[in-house]
Amino acid sequence: MAVSISTVAAPEGVSFADWRDYYALLKPRVMSLVVFSSACALWTAPGHLNGFLAFVAILCVAVGAGAAGALNQWYEADIDALMKRTADRPLPAGRISSGEALAFGVALAVGSVAVMGLAVGWLAALILAGSILFYVVIYTVWLKRRTPQNIVVGGAAGAFPPLIGWAAVTGDVSALPWFMFAIIFLWTPPHFWSLALFMEADYSKAGVPMLPVTDGAAATRRQILLYSLVLVVVSIVPWALGLAGWIYGTTTAVLGGLFMVHAVGVYRNRATVAADMGPEKRLFKFSLLYLFMLFAALVVDHLALT
Amino acid sequence: MIDPRNWTPAQTAAFMAKRRSRNLALGLVLGALVLLFFGITIVRMVKL
Repeated sequence: MAVSISTVAAPEGVSFADWRDYYALLKPRVMSLVVFSSACALWTAPGHLNGFLAFVAILCVAVGAGAAGALNQWYEADIDALMKRTADRPLPAGRISSGEALAFGVALAVGSVAVMGLAVGWLAALILAGSILFYVVIYTVWLKRRTPQNIVVGGAAGAFPPLIGWAAVTGDVSALPWFMFAIIFLWTPPHFWSLALFMEADYSKAGVPMLPVTDGAAATRRQILLYSLVLVVVSIVPWALGLAGWIYGTTTAVLGGLFMVHAVGVYRNRATVAADMGPEKRLFKFSLLYLFMLFAALVVDHLALT
Repeated sequence: MIDPRNWTPAQTAAFMAKRRSRNLALGLVLGALVLLFFGITIVRMVKL
């Protein structure tokens, strides 16, 4: 009988990791949002950056985000092993050792910052280094296991990429990229708290103090509604201040209305088991679409109206 | 660590396949890095 290679147990101390395991360490799904938001800022920023250097800048942001993801998984292997959603990641599953993951993450972090600095600019490199350190040290090591506000403060780590994209083109950071930062920062809590509501059992088992675990579902749903309201208002400010045109203004008004409909649906839901948390699952998915559409509208607006 | 001479044939085959996959990926990444640094050098030289 043929034996599948993936089912063969590795002898102790031997790496049976293949390239897919290293790729998984980079958290590619998170990376896509980071790359997209920095690319949108890069397109929207005034000025010109050589096309190849723009590609290098985006690549550095992607690799830097991947490095942060690898270092996050290196530090969190113990809690990842306890959660169904993350138990099959390369570290808790034993396919990659802790030392390999740490070396991989540090090498990518240093490499991405160095290439960004040498090829594109040192302000962009500095912000990239800051975002990696923020995600690893402030969010992963310091906040995640200590406070239910982990997602709120940690959201800043994912909000840096537009600043990096903008700085890569202009060499400085002006008002619009700060609004893009604020939008991602305010978007993070409703997005992750809706996930935490239907994954509450997993977070509780792993001892991660997410808001539904510490304060309960009702308080979390109230916070989701409040953050959604502030997010929708702040999203429209760039248009109100004349930093973006009518395409962005119209898109954000429509998307904002839909976001509030989903957030109110979550607020009104009283379910306590994941199977009945349809509104939470819908908000989680829609919030991803919201951010992608909003930033895409900003780029289209810029290309069409300038 | 178990001595490789004591591995089962299936473990040896699995190890070789995974190592080949890792080495191929590493080779591709190194090749891409060469092209990347070459491209950066050319662009920066033209800019200067």
